[in-house]
Amino acid sequence: MEPLVKHRGIAALMPRINVDTDQIIPKQFMKRTEKCGYGKYLFSNWKYREDGTLNLDFELNREEFKGASILVAGDNFGCGSSREHAPWAISDYGFRVIVSTSFADIFFSNCFKNGILPVTVTAEALKSLSDEIEATPGVSFDVDVEKQELVTPGGTVIPYELDGFRKESLMKGMDDIDRTLKHTDKIYIFEEKQNLKTPWLWKAM
Amino acid sequence: MGQNMYEKIWDAHVIHENTGQTPIVYVDRHLMHEVTSPQAFSGLREKSRKIRRPDFCLATMDHVVPTKDRDKPLADAVARNQLETLASNCKEFGVRCFDMTSEKQGVIHVIAPEQGFVHPGMIVVCGDSHTATHGAFGSLAFGIGTSEVEHVMATQSLQQKRSKTMRVTFEGRLTDGVSAKDLALALIGRIGTAGGTGYVMEFAGDTVGDLSMEGRMTLCNMAIEAGARAGMVAPDEKTVAYLKGREFAPRDREFDQAAAYWNTFTSDEDAVFDTELIIRADEIAPQVTWGTSPEQVTDVTGCVPHPDRQKSDDARKACENALEYMGLEPGTPVTDITIDYVFIGSCTNGRIEDFREAAAMIHGGKVHPNVTAIVVPGSGLVKKQAEEEGLHKLFLEAGFEWREPGCSMCLAMNDDVLQPGQRCASTSNRNFEGRQGQGGRTHLVSPAMAAAAAIAGKFTDIR
Repeated sequence: MEPLVKHRGIAALMPRINVDTDQIIPKQFMKRTEKCGYGKYLFSNWKYREDGTLNLDFELNREEFKGASILVAGDNFGCGSSREHAPWAISDYGFRVIVSTSFADIFFSNCFKNGILPVTVTAEALKSLSDEIEATPGVSFDVDVEKQELVTPGGTVIPYELDGFRKESLMKGMDDIDRTLKHTDKIYIFEEKQNLKTPWLWKAM
Repeated sequence: MGQNMYEKIWDAHVIHENTGQTPIVYVDRHLMHEVTSPQAFSGLREKSRKIRRPDFCLATMDHVVPTKDRDKPLADAVARNQLETLASNCKEFGVRCFDMTSEKQGVIHVIAPEQGFVHPGMIVVCGDSHTATHGAFGSLAFGIGTSEVEHVMATQSLQQKRSKTMRVTFEGRLTDGVSAKDLALALIGRIGTAGGTGYVMEFAGDTVGDLSMEGRMTLCNMAIEAGARAGMVAPDEKTVAYLKGREFAPRDREFDQAAAYWNTFTSDEDAVFDTELIIRADEIAPQVTWGTSPEQVTDVTGCVPHPDRQKSDDARKACENALEYMGLEPGTPVTDITIDYVFIGSCTNGRIEDFREAAAMIHGGKVHPNVTAIVVPGSGLVKKQAEEEGLHKLFLEAGFEWREPGCSMCLAMNDDVLQPGQRCASTSNRNFEGRQGQGGRTHLVSPAMAAAAAIAGKFTDIR
């Protein structure tokens, strides 16, 4: 996983609430057994019209948002299905940071497993960021993971919360499994205790 | 101070916890299916890792399986590859898998309870958001992403933050024609699809106590649509009776020991929740969604709303988009909405009780000539039981199709797909744009409401 420490990138605006993972990556692309190559299917049902041509009314198709790596979206982003294909598609498309007033729980934790930073901001902050993007489409924001700050050229500084554990994972690009395996002894101890307390769970099934 | 159910289960599973670090909790049951597992198995293979407790895993094929013509090879080569990959992965890593040749195959959230695989007090995970279903048994059950699936495979544990807790108490007797599905939709209509974000919900109150295990599963299943990580119901005598004699439930003297242990996982009387919500269940009418989010829902006696009367700018915009997608005019009475399709099934409503309730609405009628109606059992065993009870005959005689088990039109990853513009009364859980097929329009309802709509060709108040 590519570490994320400081990031500067074009911010794309997607002023919609309740963007669900079925829209982020429609199910017809979930039959593959790989982790890569989902970027071209991101928001496929919105990106293209029924006849297969590009839907120019869709936000991410705006010329100014080409090459964007920060996505600014409405409340409750990533709701619905637990599919990790959603963050795979977002990351493969080139986004590293998503800003919203809230994220669905499973999507939120899936982001960190894929080096994506979800930034939760207040409704006022979202409005101010949205206004700045609308006023100067194609504007770039700076995101500092260490300092936990998002800074805009307009001078807005938005601090955000970030769990220490997840911060370290992001900044070092760490593998969670390796980290847990360091506690293998504790897993063994837990299992021995559980076997004594609830032996029926441990009968050969 | 007493503890609530979530706190008790959590405390019983913490392996490691240090200040400033995300706790690691043990996982008792890991459920798998073909769509979210292949990349996790590949990850294990790349690092030469094994599954720590293959005996704690149960896999099946449900998302992409066909619901008819099973004797013919699957035409969709990508889907076929996904199914073959699951079969070979399970073989290689020693995981029990109910494939399409097994009578026990079905939707993972229908078959795991059916097999007695999930017990009160457990932590249960699956790479599927509707894992919340299993909370009906007094377990803490939640969906995870594929990275976490790999993590659980390798370590039998998860790095998890504690959730906040919300108790939703339903009080009063449900009116005839109102079911657990209506409770869930009414709740989501009230608090919104982000209302439960960050929370685990405990469903309590006499209404929930009166629900069957099937009804409780429906309610917990939809907790995720309210944004909650999990939904749960305290174990009681119904839970214990349901589990007795099932394949993976303990037996004999050990069953009694287990039952005594299970019964400790109820919230103490003085337990405290971060949020409490009380809802009068006897005032709830059959629910019908009109939009593209489960929170866009109204009573069957209601009308399609006006965007201008929404409570925020965002909601107004979302309402406008939804009405355009759904092809509906504001002010249209719900009972004037005609339908083209009916889907009865899914992890929400694909159990025996759901089919009994649906079949009871037929009254010798026929499926409306403009409507295609399919009934998809949640598992091979549900199908068998329904056939033993003669329910399939009622459906078939009325003109419903009686299919093989799978997720089917809940997410339309197989051939069961709506055509653009087609409107469906569906017993599934999500009415997102394109969920049942690109351009397809989904209205979420209970099984009885769906069956009645199939006959009438439009929504009717079944009370």
